[in-house]
Amino acid sequence: MSVSHEVSPLIRPRSKILTRFGRELNWGDFVFRRTTALLAALVIAVLAAMAAAMLHGSAESMAKFGLGFVSSQVWDPVRDVYGALPFIYGTIASSLLALCFAVPISLGVAIFLSELAPAWLRDPVAFLVELLAAVPSVVYGLWGIFALAPWLRTTVEPLLASTLGFLPFFQGQQRGFGMLAGGIILAIMITPTISSVSREVLRAVPGELREGALGLGATPWEAVRVAVLPYARSGLVGAAILGLGRALGETMAITMVIGNRSEISASLFAPSYTMASVIANEFSEATGSLYLSALAEVALLLFVVTVLLNILARLLVWRVGRLPLGGNL
Amino acid sequence: MVARRNLLVGLLLTYVACKSKQATPAPVASDAAPVVNKDETVSLTGAGATFPYPLYSKWISEYNKLNPNVKINYQSIGSGGGIRQITANTVDFGATDAPMKEDEAKQAPGKLFHIPATIGAVVIAYNLPEVPGTLKLSAGVLVDIYAGKIRRWNDPKIKVDNTDAKLPEKDISVVYRTDGSGTTAVFTDYLSKVSPEWKEKVGIGKAVNWPTGLGAKGNEGVTGQVKTTPYTIGYIERAYASQNKLPMAELQNKSGKFVAPSIEAMSAAAEDVEMPEELFVSLANAQGDSAYPITSYSYLLLYEDAKDAVKGAALAKYVWWGLHEGQKFAKDLDYAPIPTKVLAKVEARLKELRSGNKKLLSGA
Amino acid sequence: MISSRYTRRQVSDLVVRSACVLATVLALIPLVSVLYYVTSRGLSGISLSFFSELPKPVGESGGGMANALVGTLKLVFLACLLGIPPGVAAGVYLAEFGHSRFGKWVRFSADVMSGVPSITVGIFVYSLVVLQTKHFSAFAGGIALAVLMLPTVTRTTEELLQLVPESLREAALGLGVPQWRATLRVMLRTAAPGIATGVMLAVARVAGETAPLLFTAFSNPFWSNGLNEPTASLPVNIYNYAVSPYEEWHQKAWAAALVLLLLVLLLNVSARLLVPRSVGAR
Repeated sequence: MSVSHEVSPLIRPRSKILTRFGRELNWGDFVFRRTTALLAALVIAVLAAMAAAMLHGSAESMAKFGLGFVSSQVWDPVRDVYGALPFIYGTIASSLLALCFAVPISLGVAIFLSELAPAWLRDPVAFLVELLAAVPSVVYGLWGIFALAPWLRTTVEPLLASTLGFLPFFQGQQRGFGMLAGGIILAIMITPTISSVSREVLRAVPGELREGALGLGATPWEAVRVAVLPYARSGLVGAAILGLGRALGETMAITMVIGNRSEISASLFAPSYTMASVIANEFSEATGSLYLSALAEVALLLFVVTVLLNILARLLVWRVGRLPLGGNL
Repeated sequence: MVARRNLLVGLLLTYVACKSKQATPAPVASDAAPVVNKDETVSLTGAGATFPYPLYSKWISEYNKLNPNVKINYQSIGSGGGIRQITANTVDFGATDAPMKEDEAKQAPGKLFHIPATIGAVVIAYNLPEVPGTLKLSAGVLVDIYAGKIRRWNDPKIKVDNTDAKLPEKDISVVYRTDGSGTTAVFTDYLSKVSPEWKEKVGIGKAVNWPTGLGAKGNEGVTGQVKTTPYTIGYIERAYASQNKLPMAELQNKSGKFVAPSIEAMSAAAEDVEMPEELFVSLANAQGDSAYPITSYSYLLLYEDAKDAVKGAALAKYVWWGLHEGQKFAKDLDYAPIPTKVLAKVEARLKELRSGNKKLLSGA
Repeated sequence: MISSRYTRRQVSDLVVRSACVLATVLALIPLVSVLYYVTSRGLSGISLSFFSELPKPVGESGGGMANALVGTLKLVFLACLLGIPPGVAAGVYLAEFGHSRFGKWVRFSADVMSGVPSITVGIFVYSLVVLQTKHFSAFAGGIALAVLMLPTVTRTTEELLQLVPESLREAALGLGVPQWRATLRVMLRTAAPGIATGVMLAVARVAGETAPLLFTAFSNPFWSNGLNEPTASLPVNIYNYAVSPYEEWHQKAWAAALVLLLLVLLLNVSARLLVPRSVGAR
């Protein structure tokens, strides 16, 4: 797909004037390309504006704390001393945990819906999975408080502690609220995104590829693995990145179940605190320019973390295989 | 297919358009003689504390019945949010539990009045299945629980004040507010007053660095935790405890008596504290035998000089009404009315409201 | 004679199929739980008055969320108007011409933007729009929601457009259709149902967002006229009611959650009707 669509010289150009500006040979193409480019530039512009606003807002805090902001664990609004390390840890850990749960499940759902399910089952089940996306964040939070956390506290966490308690991940006081609850709720919230986009991607793979593999004697799973998945790989990674993005930025639901304590602990039972949560919790009440500036810097850090994770994801895909057939990176 | 699409879009747009045209709700018949205002519709916006929201929304509704052309929109985005919006002039009035600090007040483009509108209390709710009666907590015990020094329910220090309660041998699950809030400010104000060590190590604030415990979001988060998890203790506004039927601890006040957070106890705290010139004061750890120690005023923030005379007058009249007729709604919603001697001072301050050179309240 | 290799392949096929079915069941369990929760608590609150009356304060019976329902419709409509055209256009650009350095930046920006928390977007639009106009408005709320939708729409459009087989385009070009027309009428049209899914996901998400609206559209106990006044919305009302101490308000919050779910469902169904899949698609 790296060929720009040069029109054959056999087709008569309608206007010689415009050939100066590029490869387009008629005003329709010219307008089309420039208009879409302009709107694509809008995406960059909006992001740049947000980044600029965050930089501007965190100037005071950056001047005061410098790099110590990223390494310090102390967050004390009374004494105006701020450090964001626990939040960075909380955000990355909860998002990665969510991906660990969500990606296999979403992929399973997508494969089920596009390859394995009988035709009458497809649309209803797909619809139900998309319905997960329609539930407002705050409703998930409430459900987390009243249904998920108690269930974790009484059933799951004791089970994990008794079977896998030798691992540092499953030690400590079992409250229900904590990193595990946060990871699960995030996973539930990003599953519809990843699975729906993955399903569409798998659907768009041309049938011939599948049929070719099946014709050669592959089992359905082998056909998917050999013919469909490589073609769809970049689309699937794109779906996962969209899901990761949503997980990093999720605020309401995770705040209600993660325990909101700024400490770093390996245990999944321990409470944690994410960057989005601290902004949401403290922004409305924050007064004092250093406090607000520190919160703006947390937003900026979240931004940086998102950028870094995105770069990492792209590098990972590039390293894992050659460029797939069905699209670019 | 095109027809089907057009039909759907048309139906949707029609519904939205019809509903948008409805400007005012049908006025509800009321017993009180309406204060008829023949002027056109005045819309006021306010933002601020969550704490008085149920009371203010009752005021707005009742006032709208009496004056159908005055529409007031108050949203609880938090005290800090309220201070910021009124400073930025995006709303007509603000509301806060914790009074504005000096540097905050300096940032406002004009002079802001604090108007104490109502009184509320922060209660200590707990979940102890084994203890049917009310727990008594002295100041020292409460501070030590939140400082992490007292870790179990059957600690001798708690037993001293609760001799006939079967306190279990379980860890105390402490819950605090993670989001910045006036409730935290009031609570930490009290803890700092009774413990110099707390004041030094943790301090007062809408959000502080808690030595121990689990954070929950909002009053409802803390309430939810206390309700669903046994052996938990948390601090919440009175309305949340009473509405959810959570037991409220009796606290030992400055005079040494254990007082339950009743409306009378809240009023007693307000009666005992002298209201200074600037019209804001802390009611924490008030003197007086029957005063409940964690009580607080909630303030409205109004500009002394209103830019828009019509809006300013409407706002002034509304606040006047709230401080007089509005006070009768307080008790049912778990607030205490403003004491009479404080009301006199507030009335004098309200009469100072002006727009330019014109006073807004003329012998109301 | 069946070779062991064949058996192994059959077994692994069965294992993977079962795993996929299990994954689907696992994904649906929380949905069932949440739906059960919302329905069992919310159904009792739904009545005619919910759809026609304004909110009433505590202690008074009745009252509804009619203004919030209309407000959400307004905000979603505005968000779609402001967010879908730029998003689809940007996605088309990326798919058609996006191999340049500029295209890489656009793609990257869209991915990063999808990770910006909704409250940050809300604060950003607040400083951009509300502070300048000195009042809250539905317009500001619509802009905030549009910004939230933009990355999802852009990336989904791009990914799906790229998966349309080149043969379709070549056929169109071979018939003398100009390139822009081939893209719009052939490629985009083929990818449209999938793009509609992505758009619906984005719409579903923003319809339920609370944080960005708190500082932009604010809220309103009365009707709001036009787009320049603060407006009530279902998610903000759900939040306000859910965090209150009153059981009757909690009930209304669950009822509103149910209505919001049904609303999004309706939007989903309408989208499927407006952009139907062609016959024979999987």
